[in-house]
Parts: sequence; structure tokens; C-alpha cells
Amino acid sequence: MPKPDEATIARRSDLVAAFRDFLPDAHVIVDEATLKAFESDGLTAYRQPPMIAVLPETTEEVSRILKLCRDWGVKVVPRGSGTSLSGGALPLADGVLLGLGKFNRVLEIDYDNRTATVQPGVTNLAITHAVEGEGFYYAPDPSSQIACSIGGNVAENSGGVHCLKYGLTTNNILGIEMVTIDGEILRIGGKHLDAEGYDLLGIMTGSEGLLGVVTEVTVRILRKPETVRALLVGFPTVEQGGDCVGRIIGAGIIPAGMEMMDRPAIHAAEAFCHAGYPLDVESILIIELDGPEVEVDHLTEIVSGICTDCGAVSVRVSETEAERMNFWAGRKAAFPAVGRISPDYYCMDGTIPRRQLPLVLKRMSEMSEKYGLGVANVFHAGDGNLHPLILYDANAPGELERAEEFGSDILRLCVEVGGVLTGEHGVGVEKRDLMPEMFTEVDLNQQQRLKCAFDPDGLLNPGKVFPTLRRCAELGRMHIHRGQMPFPDLPRF
Amino acid sequence: MSGQDFKPGSEEHLAEVVAYAVAAEQPLELIGRGSKRGFGRAMQTAGLLDLSGFSGIHMYEPDELVMRAGPATPLAEIEAALAAENQELAFEPPHMGHLQANAVTDGSIGGVFACNLAGPRRFRAGSARDHLLGFRGVSGRGEIFKSGGRVVKNVTGYDLCKLMCGSFGTLAAMTEVTFKVLPRAEKIWTVLAFGLSAEQAVRAMADAAGSPHDVSGLCHLPTEVAARSSVDFVSGAGTSVTAIRLEGPAPSVTHRAAALKAMLGTAEGIEELHTHRSVAFWREVRDVSPLLDGGTVTGDPLWRLSVTPTEGARTMTGILDQVPGRGLMDWAGGQLWLALEPGAEDGGFDSIRSAMDGGHATLIRGAADLRARIPVFQPQPAPLAALTKRIKDGFDPRGVLNPGRVVEGV
Repeated sequence: MPKPDEATIARRSDLVAAFRDFLPDAHVIVDEATLKAFESDGLTAYRQPPMIAVLPETTEEVSRILKLCRDWGVKVVPRGSGTSLSGGALPLADGVLLGLGKFNRVLEIDYDNRTATVQPGVTNLAITHAVEGEGFYYAPDPSSQIACSIGGNVAENSGGVHCLKYGLTTNNILGIEMVTIDGEILRIGGKHLDAEGYDLLGIMTGSEGLLGVVTEVTVRILRKPETVRALLVGFPTVEQGGDCVGRIIGAGIIPAGMEMMDRPAIHAAEAFCHAGYPLDVESILIIELDGPEVEVDHLTEIVSGICTDCGAVSVRVSETEAERMNFWAGRKAAFPAVGRISPDYYCMDGTIPRRQLPLVLKRMSEMSEKYGLGVANVFHAGDGNLHPLILYDANAPGELERAEEFGSDILRLCVEVGGVLTGEHGVGVEKRDLMPEMFTEVDLNQQQRLKCAFDPDGLLNPGKVFPTLRRCAELGRMHIHRGQMPFPDLPRF
Repeated sequence: MSGQDFKPGSEEHLAEVVAYAVAAEQPLELIGRGSKRGFGRAMQTAGLLDLSGFSGIHMYEPDELVMRAGPATPLAEIEAALAAENQELAFEPPHMGHLQANAVTDGSIGGVFACNLAGPRRFRAGSARDHLLGFRGVSGRGEIFKSGGRVVKNVTGYDLCKLMCGSFGTLAAMTEVTFKVLPRAEKIWTVLAFGLSAEQAVRAMADAAGSPHDVSGLCHLPTEVAARSSVDFVSGAGTSVTAIRLEGPAPSVTHRAAALKAMLGTAEGIEELHTHRSVAFWREVRDVSPLLDGGTVTGDPLWRLSVTPTEGARTMTGILDQVPGRGLMDWAGGQLWLALEPGAEDGGFDSIRSAMDGGHATLIRGAADLRARIPVFQPQPAPLAALTKRIKDGFDPRGVLNPGRVVEGV
């Protein structure tokens, strides 16, 4: 992280007084014990209490906080529910932590236009809870949906098991209100589609708190399908399971979700929650189909046939809602289940082209041997998003470092086969230094120039995403070669 | 200033050309196939940057749902390759060549992304911006850069693909686009409800969109517009037509069509279009053909508005009360297409702005002098306009790529 600025830390009490000019004392947190509550997010290997935490309640307060920080040259780290798995909300010793937990109201639900407008601290699942009485839901469903905030979902462009058919956060939001580091309040989009001008909504989504602070979100809500059914399919090899995924999609079927687990993950999950998973297979697929009952019946038959053709040794179709939930229970509890068989685990998040799955699994098991650490795999198989869980013991000297190296090797492999470093967890501090694996210096500089348009002094969440921080003045320079005609032999007309 | 035209054959050539344009202070107009040259503000650029050399499908993996192509690849070529594998661009981009008097060709895939175009399925399947997975290009700094990749799930760095979509070539000249493709539905039916007023249609479309019947098209054609359709059941209706599309496996579509018909029931009746007629009908809605004068191009102002769907009928009626013309509603009322009669000095600009309560309006087609007189795109509030300018400066500080195409100074 950037070296803490001693001069800023020395002005801490002045800054606290300035915040307390317009915020209630209790919303400006300075005592060490309370600050410790903010010291990490879902990536607990990194810890750092903030210099000050502020908990605004209104957009106006957010605006004044940011403007003050800009005027004083103080860094700001925005935070929703603190469930980031990449350290996106890791505080700074010389920075202000801006907590949005008090922005917890559902503002408007408009069923005719199929939108919900909420404050950013509302949890993902609370949106669905607010609209399910009328038969609607909010589609993106990250595993942390009971706790994670919609503002954090926007910052990270969160996914979930249903984004194969229904898209990521970026495909499901229509508008935001945001505050820039200058304290300017901007509204982008609304209940209509496609905001005019550059797609700032698209840029803000997944920007990891580096461009602005979201203070209101309008999401698209969908009518719940009439019927939802899941298939639990076991395969004698991982390759056959992977092949089956491609064949289902090749047949023109986009299931609502298509998840895969390998043997270690199956056994851990079964021991943890007795979902009835077959234990004599190398991989399972959970395939969810939704729609009118006739459609689900029709697709169930086709998908079952494809699975059998691919060599499935067991195909179970959920008969009841309870059985379907049971199929999912093991998958949804895979992380804590793995937590029971290993003192610690490190969750990765690369995405690969689906057809590379057998190669990637083979190389991962070779790496597992090399590093002497086990690995259990759960995948969003439909969209090639892998979550290898590296098993280690933080109390064993050197194991954390080995796990991190193993993880980095996995991500390099993902990029090598045409994939990416992170599918849904974000870069944060965790994968920051791996960015050059995927991007050239020119690519990264161009991204940072976008940052400069929003935050020229680099005060918003510095130290995340980019391995090397550059000054905007330096990035803005251009070297112009005067008078040189390019390629005189080029065709001109 | 006399300009020079360039037609680079490689990314490196293109980078050199842009670097030269910067040094020579010669702004360039970017063209792929030229079908949308009349879309946007009238250009003041002296030279052309012809990107037609970046054409062709480089990679297509149907079971991975991904295609990579040069941006100048004809849209028709892309669609034919996809159709051969029973796939499609789910966002249904309109073909705009026929809207422009001077266009001799149909558009390119790069133009579709640069203008962020989408058709009737937009409200369900997303726009062009929801399907671009990765790109390569040359910035106005003359630097080759890339963003994104070939997979859907990707949050590595800022999502510059979104920024490229709808930037109208003002940030970078793209040299390669990688995008998501999807299976085409087995069966496509359309339920037609006859004789609804615009307000009744908006109500019916909201009900259908909020039903579990998973509709993929919701449009309303007033009587005089329906009469111009090439589809007999529509043109012969003799009244307004509200159309609702259903796509999917055969048993599902049959079931949902029956459920929808039971839900809609109007005094003037219900009809059903099967796949062949449905495809023809939604293609003409996508390309706005029924609004145009018998398919010929007159150059009358053609506006596209994006509004809150339930405001659609009120907004359309409000404008057409002020300025004579024809209109149709798509996206359940969220997208309005208006072909206004020439005559109004401002092409209907004032009437449109005063009828709108939020959303945005774009002049899709208009005479060059009209496009020079009025804002072609929705004017932005000052802080957003300033941010837009700063983003432009980060990509194209000397303003050599399509300057002024969207707004003066950008």
C-alpha cells in the first residue's frame, strides 16, 4: 500500500473537528476499539485500521465529506458491507473510511416499469425480499447476498450462480446517483434505458471505489419464473463433466445456472451438509432450468439426454422445491465446508474459456503437488469462472506464502489460456500486482487516465487495482513527432 | 486546411497515422463502411480515417458463445455466420444504412458497438454494450491498447468496453472486437392485440412485461403506421396493433401464447403471427421501416427517444400534438421512434424537450444543416459535460478522433 503520510496523520484531530462540524459526533469514529471493526473485509489476510471512520446518512453529507477530503488532500476508502474477497475495502492508516451502512432504505418500487430504487447499503437479498411479495426478484445473486450491499455489488460488478442467463450487476442496473471526489452529485441513467453520452454507468460498475461514491441505485427487477428445477449429475471424470457443459450450450440451451464441483469439493460439501451428493464420482454438475412448467419439462428431457450421452453415471432431477434447495445446499456451503477440512483456505476467482477446463484442472493438480497444498474446485461452469480453494494452514510457517504463490500461478495459467485474473471478486489489493500478466503498461496507463478524469489527485481508494500509481500530470504528457509523414506507401485516396 | 485520407492496413500503421494526425493537427473522421455517416453532428474534419482494412471474422467458437472480428466486418456477414450455427446477436442491432440518403452499404459490427445500437429485444437482452467482451484499438494518443477479453465474467480493471460503446469513435479507433453471441430461439411467435389506444397499449405492455411469460418484444404501432407494415395481418388490421413477441422451445411458446392471449383479450380482437411472419415483423420494427415513407428516404427528421416506459404514450402523444408526424413505441413504451414532417425550423427539438420528463432524445436522421443547428444528442448537465470532456482528454487530448461528432469540443 502507499506509504502513510505522516503529515496527514498529524492533522487527524483537526480533521475530526472539521467532520464534526456537520456530522453527529457518533458518526465520526476515532476510538481504536471501534476502528478495529473496519480493519479488514472478506480478505482477512490483510488488516489495517483506518485513521478515521465516518458514517454519513445523506448524500449531502457524503458530498461534504468528499469535498473536505479533497480540500485537505486526504485519502478516502469507501465501504459497503465489507464482504469484498479482494481487499477492495481495506482501509489506509492515513485515510478516511467512508462507511455507507446507514444508507439502508428501499426508496421506491415501480412494478409497472420493473425497477427498484434503493440506497447503496441495502443488501442484495433485501431487494428481492422487498419485491417478492408481488412475484418479482433481483437476479444477480453473489454467494454473500445475505450480507453484501448493492453499492458494493455496483463497485465490484458482482455475479453469482445465475448470471449465466441473467447477467452480472452491470447488466441489471439502470441508474445511479453518485458523488465525485469534488463533492459534485451526479445522476446517471434512471428508469429509462441507456444513459445519454459516454456510458458512465458501465464505467462506474466494477470500478472498485476508485472513481466515485454511489449513493443511490436503480435496479431492474424480474418476474419470478413459474417453475424452477435442478438436475444433479455425476460424472466418472472431470473432463466428461466439462464436455457436457459445452454440449448443453452447443444445443442452444442456456440454463439459469450450471455449477460444477470436483471430488474434494463434493466430499467436503457432503460431509458438511449431507446434500445427497454421489461420492463415487469425480465431478458433479448442478444444472438449473427455469420457465413455464412445459418448458422446464421439455428442457429437462433434453439436458438429461445430453448428460447420459456424455457418460453421466447418475442423473437426479429435483421433484420438489425442498429437493432443489438441497442440491444447492452443498454448493452454496462449499466454502465453509472446505473450511472444515482445512484450517485455512484461499479462494481464487479466475475465468477461462470453458473448453480449457480439462487442461487447467490437470495443470492445477500438478501445481498442487509442487506446492504440497491441496485444492478443491467449485466452478461457475457455464461461464468458465473458477473458484479453486487452496487448502493451507496459516499457523504452519511458510504455508500462507506458498498458498499465495500457488494462487498466483493459477491466475497466470488462466490468462495464458485466454482467460482473465478475476471473474467476479475484483482486483483490489489481492491481484493488483498480477495486472501486468494481463495488461501492458500502455493498457494500464490508459485505464489510469480514466481514473484521472474522475479523481485527478488519486484520493479515492488508492493502492487498489493498479500495481504502479502514476501522477495524472505525467500520464497526460504527449510526445509529438512533428512533420513525420507516416508510411509514405500507405494507400491514400 | 486540405486534408489527407488514410487507409491503414495494420494496427501499427493506424498508430502511425494517428500520431501523424496529432502532429499535423489534422482531425480525422472515422469510417468503417460509412452507413452511419449522417448520424451525429455534422463533421468539420478535413481527412478521413478509413478503417475498412480491419475486416473479417477472426474467431468464432459457437459452443463458447463468442466471436472475434475486425470492426469493419459487415453486420450482414456476422449475422450470416451466426445463422449458420443457429445463433444470433441477442441485442438485435438495427440496420441503419437505409435511413441515410447517401449510404450505399449496410453497417459494420464496429459501428454497431461504437453507436451502442440495439433493437426490440433491448429491454430483456441488453444493448450492444452488454455484449462487447473485449477490444483492441488505437487511442487519440497514437497508442495501441486493449481492454476486456473473450469471457463474459471479467472484472479485471475498468470496463472500457462499456466506454467504447456509445463513444461514436471519439476515444479510440477500434481494430478488433470480441463479443458474446447466443443461441437463436427455435420458435418465434407474436401475439397481436388490435385497436388499443397508446395509453391502453402501454398498460397492456407493462402487464405482459411483468408477467411470467418471458416476453422478448413489446411494441405498439398506431393505425397509420400499422398500415405501412409489410406483414399482411398487421397492415390489414385497419386499426392500431400492439405486438408481443415470445421466443423459445416450441412447447413453451405455444403455452405462453395461449396464456398471453387469455390475459390480453381486447374488444377488437387478438391474432397470432408464427415464426416466418414474426421474423419479418420484428425486423421492420427493428429497422423502423413502417415509419419511413414507403421505404424511400426523404431526409425528414427521425428521432429516437428513451423514456420511462409508462411515460411512453403521454410523451409520444404530447409531441405529435405539437409537430405533425408519425411515431411508434418499442420497449414497452420505453423507446419512441418519431418521424416528423419537415417544416419545423428546429426539427421538433423544442416540442420534444418540453414533452419529456427525464430520459434522452437523439436525432437519428436529419439534414446536415439541421444537425448543425440543434443538439443531435441529449444535452448533458454541466458537471456531466465537464466529466465527459475530461474523459475525452484522457484518450484523445488533441481531439483528432471524430471531434465534435457527439458534442462540440469532445
